[in-house]
Amino acid sequence: MSAPLKLLYFAWLREKAGIGEEAVPTPDGVATVGELMDWLVGRGDGYAEAFSDRKVVRVAVNQEYVSLDHPVAAGDEVAFFPPVTGG
Amino acid sequence: MIKVQTEDFDLGAELKALTDGNHAIGGLCSFVGLVRDMAGGDKIGAMTLEHYPGMTEKELARIEAEAHERWPLDATLIIHRYGRLEPGDQIVLVAAASAHREAAFEACHFLIDFLKTKAPFWKLEDTPGGGQWVDARDTDDAATARWNLPSGKAAE
Repeated sequence: MSAPLKLLYFAWLREKAGIGEEAVPTPDGVATVGELMDWLVGRGDGYAEAFSDRKVVRVAVNQEYVSLDHPVAAGDEVAFFPPVTGG
Repeated sequence: MIKVQTEDFDLGAELKALTDGNHAIGGLCSFVGLVRDMAGGDKIGAMTLEHYPGMTEKELARIEAEAHERWPLDATLIIHRYGRLEPGDQIVLVAAASAHREAAFEACHFLIDFLKTKAPFWKLEDTPGGGQWVDARDTDDAATARWNLPSGKAAE
């Protein structure tokens, strides 16, 4: 059995998804970040709302910014968050 | 040096420690960001800064390394706080030291511009209407973009 994906959500994405961190088995047919988002949207209302406007969702895989066509693999840490507002 | 912390910092002590013993440094430039009491038209009671532990430190280290590639720097410092902060509180300190002032000024400006659009922090403001996540500003993206020139210099 392969390692699960570690999913992280921050700021209003965390509030909308209703969870900050979870581990999920890599879903069948999911090979990229964009496909993972599609799969998450299919899980329920909170996720669908969190990802309703993908232009304002930033993604990091293993703590590096990536685009939606970036691959995801078992054991990856995938984080979803809004554009950053520090400083 | 990178510090991500909840505690406040002492600007004088931090800058003194940064340059202590290095007499090649002729210029030290610093920027401190403070919590404002207004957001748009709303009065803010306080704000809470959330961040992504692990990635935050990585991104800040990457930004700092890039500054060292672009300018001849002797020392740099980035301190960013998280957690609950009130108007007037210090949020962030960036500092750059070099033999001459130009590199120190430019690197300091570069560090804060890049930090604002790359480091994974998010501000939640307490407003009279409840908690409000701060929106990213296009002007911050523009401020970062102007450093992305082949010469590595800011646009005039």
